[in-house]
Amino acid sequence: MSVSIRIPAQLRTLTAGAGEVAVEGQTVGEALGALDVAYPGFSGRLFDDDGGLRRFVNVFLADEDVRFLGGLGTPVASGQTISIVPAVAGG
Amino acid sequence: MDHVTGLRCRECGRAFPAEALHVCDYCFGPLEVAYDYEAIAARTSRERIAEGPRSIWRYRDLLPVHDEAPVDLGAGFTPLVRAERLAAELGLGELWIKDDTANPTGSFKDRVVSVALTKARQLGFKVAACASTGNLANSVAAHAARAGMASVVLIPHDLEAAKVMMTAVYGGTLVSVEGNYDDVNRLCAELTSEHPSWAFVNVNVRTYYAEGSKTLAFEVAEQLGWQAPDHVVVPIASGSQLVKVAKGFAELGRVGLLDEVPEVRISGAQAQGCSPVATAFAEGSDVIRPVKPKTIAKSLSIGNPADGWYALSAIRSSGGSCASVTDDEVLEGIKLLARTEGIFAETAGGVTIATLAKLAAQGTIRRDERVVALVTGHGLKTVEALAGSVGPTATIAPTLDAFDAAVQLEGDLQATYKQESHR
Repeated sequence: MSVSIRIPAQLRTLTAGAGEVAVEGQTVGEALGALDVAYPGFSGRLFDDDGGLRRFVNVFLADEDVRFLGGLGTPVASGQTISIVPAVAGG
Repeated sequence: MDHVTGLRCRECGRAFPAEALHVCDYCFGPLEVAYDYEAIAARTSRERIAEGPRSIWRYRDLLPVHDEAPVDLGAGFTPLVRAERLAAELGLGELWIKDDTANPTGSFKDRVVSVALTKARQLGFKVAACASTGNLANSVAAHAARAGMASVVLIPHDLEAAKVMMTAVYGGTLVSVEGNYDDVNRLCAELTSEHPSWAFVNVNVRTYYAEGSKTLAFEVAEQLGWQAPDHVVVPIASGSQLVKVAKGFAELGRVGLLDEVPEVRISGAQAQGCSPVATAFAEGSDVIRPVKPKTIAKSLSIGNPADGWYALSAIRSSGGSCASVTDDEVLEGIKLLARTEGIFAETAGGVTIATLAKLAAQGTIRRDERVVALVTGHGLKTVEALAGSVGPTATIAPTLDAFDAAVQLEGDLQATYKQESHR
């Protein structure tokens, strides 16, 4: 499955400035793993020591928070977009 | 000059310069303003503050930006009202209402926006932007107009009419998004990456913005004669305000404006239809599970609160509590505050008052405590919520007979009126 991952400004140093990259994966977790293979350094930024998403990292699949879906195990369909977004304050 | 030494990640402690940065680019933890507290302690004093303007800027020594002419509509220094009738109804002793409905655009958001746009202008931004549940939208649009900046405000499509009009009237760009606040916020976070030249007040300048909420604590202490209260009740949306109120009281002790760092219990208030922090508190959990909000308290409808975990920590470490209330209780809270104290709050204020009532009934808030409840937004913003709940006592023809037929004050009520008029 080829999926697009949107990269926030804070992590674009890892992708040579690219705001969106394409990777392969059957699930959100696999896609993020593939991202770390293609652009080393992502895993340390996104995951805590237990392998879960860091507290202030939000991941969206097709604009839905993956915590409302199946978490990192959520299956992805070809052509879908995953967004990595830092948590922001309210208003 | 300001007394900022830089920014620091609240999670991993990495240091950053005082620029338009909001998250740690290593762990995504939120950044916090770091101050030179020794320098502040040497400069500030109760007298110096008393000589300052009657606005949040009287506390400029403890704010993250210094400007001789800040972006200012007069936010802050709102009334702290002794609430004896409400206290009697709730079985409480000394109760005060911090009436932030009196701010220029009718909510506490004017505090944070005045700070954010002053800093944004200093950093060279020409455009002010935000995602908002309504109150922030009103305030950003108004302060941007005041500063001569352009504004781009994004709101959920189902906001109350007054909040939409009160934003649109200032002439900026207002975009209504088909989704809930968390959808709007996510879009805004992504827009921040694409438009680095825009100051998103609750995203890339939020580190400064959030500091404005400390002024609630500063004012409460000053208005109580430089004493801290025992217990404060604060509504929770993102959780930022509650965290900053706690920080504000601690700073007053740290810089010597209070004799010591006060022990203030801080309790959080949420609507049941959006209560991720109250739920985690009740379960004794450290994990804030996001929810899909469903409540009339739209200004608190943040299902994925960015500062929820810090708010939970602040509540627990202060010995406070956190509770949630139903929409019916919210309406009762609005009416109770209006009836007893003459203050008309928006739905978030109803959440605060209803939670205050609940915690008082439980004995969590004690009769021997000096209590302050934060009422953070004006009722005119959310009149829809009261439709069908309040209205005219009667609709009559313009005749004395019709009046007498429709309005029959009970005997005891007439006695009360006579008694009052003889005072």
